[in-house]
Amino acid sequence: MKRLGKQTLEVVNNCYIIGRGSLVGEKEKNGTFRKYMEYSTDDDKMGEKTFEKGERKMLRLINKRAIKDAELLVDDIDIYLGGDLMNQLVSSNYVAEVLQVPFVGIYSACSTITASIGIAASLIDGGGFKNILCSTISHFSSAERQYRYPLEFGNQRQSYSQWTVTAGGGFVISSKKSPIKITKICFGRVQDFGVVDIANMGAAMAPAACDTLCNFFADTKTKPSDYDFIATGDLGKLGSDILRDLMKKKGFLLEQNYSDIGHSIYSFDEESYQGGSGAGCSASVLATYIIDKLLDGTFKKVLLVATGALMSTISNQQGDSIPSVAHLIELEKS
Amino acid sequence: MVLGILMYLKVFFVGGLICMIAELIQIKTKITPARILVIFLMVGAILGGFGLYNYLIEWAGAGASLPITGFGNALARGAVEGAKTNGLFGAIGGGLMATSAGIAVSIGLSYIVSFFVSSKTKKN
Amino acid sequence: MENTEKRNEEYLLYVERETPKTGWFNSLLHAFLVGGMICCLGQMFGDIIKAYNPTMDMLRVSAWISIIIITITILLTAFGVFDRIAKFGGAGTFIPISGFANSIASCAIEFKNEGLVFGIGSKMFFVAGPVIVNGVAYSIIVGLVYSLILLF
Repeated sequence: MKRLGKQTLEVVNNCYIIGRGSLVGEKEKNGTFRKYMEYSTDDDKMGEKTFEKGERKMLRLINKRAIKDAELLVDDIDIYLGGDLMNQLVSSNYVAEVLQVPFVGIYSACSTITASIGIAASLIDGGGFKNILCSTISHFSSAERQYRYPLEFGNQRQSYSQWTVTAGGGFVISSKKSPIKITKICFGRVQDFGVVDIANMGAAMAPAACDTLCNFFADTKTKPSDYDFIATGDLGKLGSDILRDLMKKKGFLLEQNYSDIGHSIYSFDEESYQGGSGAGCSASVLATYIIDKLLDGTFKKVLLVATGALMSTISNQQGDSIPSVAHLIELEKS
Repeated sequence: MVLGILMYLKVFFVGGLICMIAELIQIKTKITPARILVIFLMVGAILGGFGLYNYLIEWAGAGASLPITGFGNALARGAVEGAKTNGLFGAIGGGLMATSAGIAVSIGLSYIVSFFVSSKTKKN
Repeated sequence: MENTEKRNEEYLLYVERETPKTGWFNSLLHAFLVGGMICCLGQMFGDIIKAYNPTMDMLRVSAWISIIIITITILLTAFGVFDRIAKFGGAGTFIPISGFANSIASCAIEFKNEGLVFGIGSKMFFVAGPVIVNGVAYSIIVGLVYSLILLF
């Protein structure tokens, strides 16, 4: 591990993504990345009695696929890092109990996947662990009933709101060589620009993405055009427009190579407001589209900045503004 | 016949207008629906307390009684009528008595329905 | 700290400008149409009741109208179609008594997995609670004030 500037870490000992698994719901399956989504389900209860149990089952499948894709057995996994959007990370906790490998739950809202991969890369670089499983999931129905209203409640959504994706992604990070190399990581600072409106997550999270990106570019002395693809997690259309503006003010131009996953995950003819959000948003697209494109050589160098809004239903009801954070990972084709 | 159609026009107009005002408040101020309901309830209860809302109900029928302002009015009128006939006891319990059937049906039927159905996933 | 406040203020103004406005003419029209329609439906049931029971007083008729609209709403909620209507109608569906019934029924259905006591029992009024609590409080105030007036 080498420290670059204030916030960025460079992975010195090689660290790779050797396995990946994903699972998406029906709405996501028909989205923009439909060609890349390998596994999907039309039943988001997965045959279980409740949405929460369905979410756990989905996460179990995702982990299984990631481990299988890495050509490993569960016993080869040294530690499992991950989280989800449920209170107290229950989905991950129950899945970890079944897995029977050491587990550390990580909550960073929708940026959980980059936070987990970042920590995993540091642990591998430190030399203590060989194979680390990272995964996260979000589920529309279980998130909706925890954060908002009952599903059958008649409520008009704001046109600037986002749609929680039913999707998840899992990865096996290892010191064993593979084409996908994790080269740099940058953990973000929590930013709060005073946005209170819970429907406007994009506006709340854009400053965090801007802060992390600017610090990363300053630390590494690079600029956006050095990358083939820069993706933010789930800012949505509005949020990504705001991010473009904010970055422009700081002197960084985000152009064709920049895309927001939340904005593009649903096909544009479908009504999905500003796009998708949720922890599974960046995780599932990283596990499918981004890694596919890295493997076939379209992308050589990719930045993934997953953003997370860190409010709770209680802080929101008490009228507090939404703090948010963004964690960045840099992937390269080796 | 003409009178009947006129009545329905009045019902439509008043009921629609009350809903439209609520929608306008929601768009302009971003107050959550729950708060708007409480505000309208209060307006209905105040107008009902002074006995003014009943004129609107006489004029526009269900257009005035079905919106939540009508619910507030029923609560207030119930309390007033209760106070007239049953004294202090009626003043305290009258509101709930007047609206008891609606609340009881909502609770009872929801209770029954919840045994048979589960909420479904939404696609948009 | 003043700097942060100024930054936030500017940022919020900027966000306000950028945020797409809901097509408010359409929303108002939808609310007006759906709200008016629900009330007309209620009036129709009222006329039918009155045709069979000409002696029934106004208060009882409007109570019956409410009960019918509540029943229809709860059934539509159970079939999973009410939220579609509400998405279109906005305030047009939640301001009439149908919104109250929908909020109770949807909560009961949603939280049944948490059991009879902590699920249906306590969460049923998750959304409708404020209406009942405030309504009863106002009615008591009105009743007490009226009793005082009657005293003098």
